[in-house]
Amino acid sequence: MLEIKNLHVKLEEEDKAILKGVDLSIGAGEVHAIMGPNGSGKSTLSYVMSGRDGYEVTEGTATLEGADVLEMEPEERAAAGLFLAFQYPVEIPGVGNMTFLRTALNSQRKARGQEELSAGDFLKLIRAKAADLKIGADMLKRPVNVGFSGGEKKRNEILQMAVLEPKMCILDETDSGLDVDAMKLVSDGVNALRDAGRSFLVITHYQRLLNHIVPDVVHIMANGQIVKSGGKELALEVEENGYADILGDVPGEVV
Amino acid sequence: MALAQAKQDVTEARLAALSLPEGAGWIKAAREDALARLRAMGLPGRRDEYWKWTRPDALTAPDAAQAAVFEGDDTPVFGEIDRVRLVFVDGVFDAAQSDDPTLAGVEIERLEAAAQTDIHWLKELYGVLETRGQDPVHRPLAALNTAYATDGVVIRATGKAERPVSLIYLHESETSDATLHHVIKVEEGAELTVLENGPAAARLNMVMEVEVADNAAFHHVRAQGRDHERRAVTHLFARLGTESVFKSFTMTANGVLTRNESVIELTGDNATAHIAGACTGDGDFHHDDTVFITHDAAHCESRQVYKKVLRNGAAGVFQGKILVKPDAQKTDGYQISQALLLDGDSQFFAKPELEIYADDVQCSHGSTTGAIDETAIFYLRSRGVPEAEAQDLLTLAFLAEAIEEIEDETIAEDIRTRLEAWLARRRGG
Repeated sequence: MLEIKNLHVKLEEEDKAILKGVDLSIGAGEVHAIMGPNGSGKSTLSYVMSGRDGYEVTEGTATLEGADVLEMEPEERAAAGLFLAFQYPVEIPGVGNMTFLRTALNSQRKARGQEELSAGDFLKLIRAKAADLKIGADMLKRPVNVGFSGGEKKRNEILQMAVLEPKMCILDETDSGLDVDAMKLVSDGVNALRDAGRSFLVITHYQRLLNHIVPDVVHIMANGQIVKSGGKELALEVEENGYADILGDVPGEVV
Repeated sequence: MALAQAKQDVTEARLAALSLPEGAGWIKAAREDALARLRAMGLPGRRDEYWKWTRPDALTAPDAAQAAVFEGDDTPVFGEIDRVRLVFVDGVFDAAQSDDPTLAGVEIERLEAAAQTDIHWLKELYGVLETRGQDPVHRPLAALNTAYATDGVVIRATGKAERPVSLIYLHESETSDATLHHVIKVEEGAELTVLENGPAAARLNMVMEVEVADNAAFHHVRAQGRDHERRAVTHLFARLGTESVFKSFTMTANGVLTRNESVIELTGDNATAHIAGACTGDGDFHHDDTVFITHDAAHCESRQVYKKVLRNGAAGVFQGKILVKPDAQKTDGYQISQALLLDGDSQFFAKPELEIYADDVQCSHGSTTGAIDETAIFYLRSRGVPEAEAQDLLTLAFLAEAIEEIEDETIAEDIRTRLEAWLARRRGG
């Protein structure tokens, strides 16, 4: 699904390398997790994949089902099936959540040469998906993320994912700011979307989320590289011993 | 204090070719008074504080500058609304193109006809609200209008009007110079909606005086024409009685020069006045909203909501004031003026003012100037919305607060559609 090879990224404005050769291969239907200490480059990886400004790829490639992701505009990436659940979902005053979702879905459908969904069909779709995530009519009517609690914002991200049905979902610290109940709700939402044709990359600081969204592969990222990969037990190891212990084994720079 | 010679010269040059229209004694007196007021004030000049950001030259010059007639082929605004249409061509009423002005509970007359009548209720209002609006700030162009206007409508609503009265201003001559003066009286308990649309002329000087009596309601929605080269100065004077409601919304897209002044007095307790504007300017475009709201009664509410979207060197001005007199306790006043600058060439000047003499009031005002929120654009793009559409969506969202001030949902939707079309026309341009 997603193939990242030797990806080097620096900040556009300053000469500061953030990613220093990331290799990652996520197969269809797989769930990968990336853990790592603050400043290791986890979020940068998600931003670069989604096409955010301010980063420059100096080396390496990233392909989604063989197509060069790095060459695409953000909206083209979305239409190609890439989705980033934001760590800090953006508030858009004046734009209703429903309008936002419908515009997004129909833009993607249009880009893929599919027919746009009518207002009626969209309403049916959104009601069903929202109910699963315990999102009420009120949250759908309100402007996008405005006045939403932390948990509501994250649930709204998952709702967008459920509506847009992307192939490759990147979740950037979706667990941050969530209480136990909200985390369960969000995880259930993600798990409901797991299927053979859809892959996930879950970025998180803590192992906790991975109890709910059980990964196939866990990667540890440090200093702009993936320094260790393993099964889900690697996450438990982090939880028990912290990053320092694991990173101590790794040759090269000390973090 | 004597007027500066330069100001006198400009004023006399403007008046040279004009003569006061004929009419009944009372209107003749009103016009002479207005002329005297004008001579005492002099026409506005660049050094006047109130005209600091808007050059009045084109509005005070003896002749209107040429303005090409815009050949718009789209369906005019309000086309789907069931209304009584009154058409003015280059500032002259055209009965042939207008509907029969019969509307239950509403008397509609042409100013010219009312002015010939010896006894008319108009006497109590014509130039009266304009005169009240001259203090503490001078509005000489309104006095000029009162003195020389020959056309306009005179409307008295005594009941709840079933349909809006729609004033349609067509522009056909490239050098037309129109002066329109409307007077509207909404009697106790009556309700009236007035719509206005069209460029009117190469140059327009429009005054509308509105008296909203106790428990009456007046709604006003205006779409100023798309003719790019037109120039306009408008004054809206309103006086509100007890528990009355006044709501006015103006959309301006295009026009090299527009100055819209609104002067509203809340003189009865529990009155409500909302005034809003949404303007979109591209290139050679100067738009000025100047508002003065006086709270002179208790428990009144006023709202000013002004939004401007500017690009390619367009300029926007907002001068808004809330004056709360000593007895206007429990006043609830709100004022917001915001500009969205779509590039680095456009400018917005704002002067929000509060002057409060009562001690138990709630007044707030805010003014912001900003670029489009790039984070929000990226968020939309990351969900698949192309950049240009994302920009339009955010621009409309920015204007939404002003459009929401339109009470009638069908009319609001019509306005929204116009603004969407304006944005779509400029996509990638």
